[in-house]
Amino acid sequence: MTYKRVDITKQAAMLLKELKAEHGEVIFHQSGGCCDGSSPMLLPKEDFYLDDNDIYLGEVGQVSFYMSHDQFEYWKHTHLTVDVTPGRGASFSLEIPKGKRFIIRSRMLTKEEHEHFNSL
Amino acid sequence: MSYSKPKFQEKYGNYINGAFVDPIDGEYFDNYSPVDNSLIAKFPRSKEADVKKAIEAANAAKEEWGDTSVTERSAILNKIADILEENLEHFAQIETSDNGKAIRETLNADLPLAVDHFRYFASVIRAEEGSASELNKNTLSLIIQEPLGVVAQIIPWNFPLLMMAWKVAPALAAGNCIVLKPAEQTPASATIFAEKVGHLLPKGVLNVIHGFGPEAGKPLASSPDVDKVAFTGETTTGQLIMQYASKNLHPVTMELGGKSPNVFFNSVMDHDDEFLDKCIEGAVLFALNQGEVCTCPSRLLIQEDIYEAFIEKVIARTEAIKMGDPFNPDTMMGAQASNDQHEKILSYINIGKEEGAEILTGGEAAKLDGDLGNGFYVKPTILKGHNKMRVFQEEIFGPVVSVCTFKDEAEAIEIANDTLYGLGAGVWTRDAHQLYQIPRAIKAGRVWVNCYHDYPAHAPFGGYKKSGFGRENHLMMLNHYRQSKNMLISYDKNKLGFF
Repeated sequence: MTYKRVDITKQAAMLLKELKAEHGEVIFHQSGGCCDGSSPMLLPKEDFYLDDNDIYLGEVGQVSFYMSHDQFEYWKHTHLTVDVTPGRGASFSLEIPKGKRFIIRSRMLTKEEHEHFNSL
Repeated sequence: MSYSKPKFQEKYGNYINGAFVDPIDGEYFDNYSPVDNSLIAKFPRSKEADVKKAIEAANAAKEEWGDTSVTERSAILNKIADILEENLEHFAQIETSDNGKAIRETLNADLPLAVDHFRYFASVIRAEEGSASELNKNTLSLIIQEPLGVVAQIIPWNFPLLMMAWKVAPALAAGNCIVLKPAEQTPASATIFAEKVGHLLPKGVLNVIHGFGPEAGKPLASSPDVDKVAFTGETTTGQLIMQYASKNLHPVTMELGGKSPNVFFNSVMDHDDEFLDKCIEGAVLFALNQGEVCTCPSRLLIQEDIYEAFIEKVIARTEAIKMGDPFNPDTMMGAQASNDQHEKILSYINIGKEEGAEILTGGEAAKLDGDLGNGFYVKPTILKGHNKMRVFQEEIFGPVVSVCTFKDEAEAIEIANDTLYGLGAGVWTRDAHQLYQIPRAIKAGRVWVNCYHDYPAHAPFGGYKKSGFGRENHLMMLNHYRQSKNMLISYDKNKLGFF
């Protein structure tokens, strides 16, 4: 059994594919803070400086998903699904010109998932 | 007086070099009102070429503007305030239309505060002085503040005009030229502002460009031809902007939100008086501006021995919040600013439930009648849980408060500080010692003591921790928009003697 911390809906995967074709290699970084925070940001891979302060949560649609280490401490008991909704975000996320916004849907990790990811 | 959506032009241009101009490639985006999802107007979908034009205009204007006297700049800022005040109701309706917030807030908070902000900076620059120090009898050190030149300002959608005032007023007062990018959800008020007051400023001093973050925000934030970037928003974009600034070695200021604790000690219930009434309102202020405030008191901490009695009153007051048409002066809470925010808030309520939080009231979208049914409304919501839950740790930016209890002062401080952020906090008590000691122990830039959500100019506002840095709302912001020039002057006729 393979477990995943992060998944993506079909609609979001289709949009992601389109954006990858336009922008090349991209990453997701989960934002925090005000306004458009608490949402995933899709950024050109070369644009965003990643280091040990970021946690790699997995891949969705062959795109790596990251989050700040300290933020992850409060999120690690939850499973995330990248979804998409019509909307007008204000940030540097690449889908915004399309009138769409990636959004995170969350659920609690199952007991098995929790043991797999968090028991080390 | 009845209020309604004002009449807008079909489309607006970017305001560059003292005139409204079309975007170079002719592309626009539709801006909708969250009140009923109706079209407001078309705004430019600017690209790098438009941004460059605005930056060029600002650079061309900076020498002359930087040389204007403080007398002149102060007079202009006062005139801007007067024009805003004369058009207060018009701007309030624009804000309600574009952002969705209740008209009673735009009339009584957003606009009067914005007006006063320009007056505050108009006055402080007249009273300010540099410094002169005699380092020894022949050496004088003069410190003179000089404008940075051109500043890029990227502002959010939760208080479009007020956040613009917070950024624009000190930058102009300090003698800078500006390229302002309003949020794409709320481009209207900055545009009408430029239309109404633009003529007061020399061409190129104030430029307003519209567009999307990746297309217009990025070239603005990464331009080597601006001298500073000021940003209010979320953390990932904050990091990106700092990265761009690091390439150019440009200064930045950041205001990145929070998860502010609002702490109620048991003494608040010692008497059933007007102060208790104020405390209950203070707990319900999470619903102000639909919770779309960086300092939303979104964590409610109540001392355990008064919890039951106190929360009962808070729930009753929350349930008395009247939702409805944001243009109706009786409406207490309006629409969330956009569909994606609406969705995000509901998804947070959902994960809160999954984490085991109990819904004390609200917990769902509000369905309003008629055209408002197309708008984005959420019932004010109280969740009971504990501080490690995600709904206690992440900014939901909606009318959602997460409540927990604490035993004593030590636990109150521990919970209050158990957050990545440190923008605002509230402390409510009748105990004279707690009034001082608890605010000092909370790691936040603004601690309201026996009050909340007051934003007067003259009181510095800014974050600790991941909430950012820089202090707006106060004359100390002037120095975030200036360089310090030191003139070190020798009055000694004699050489050093080395050569």
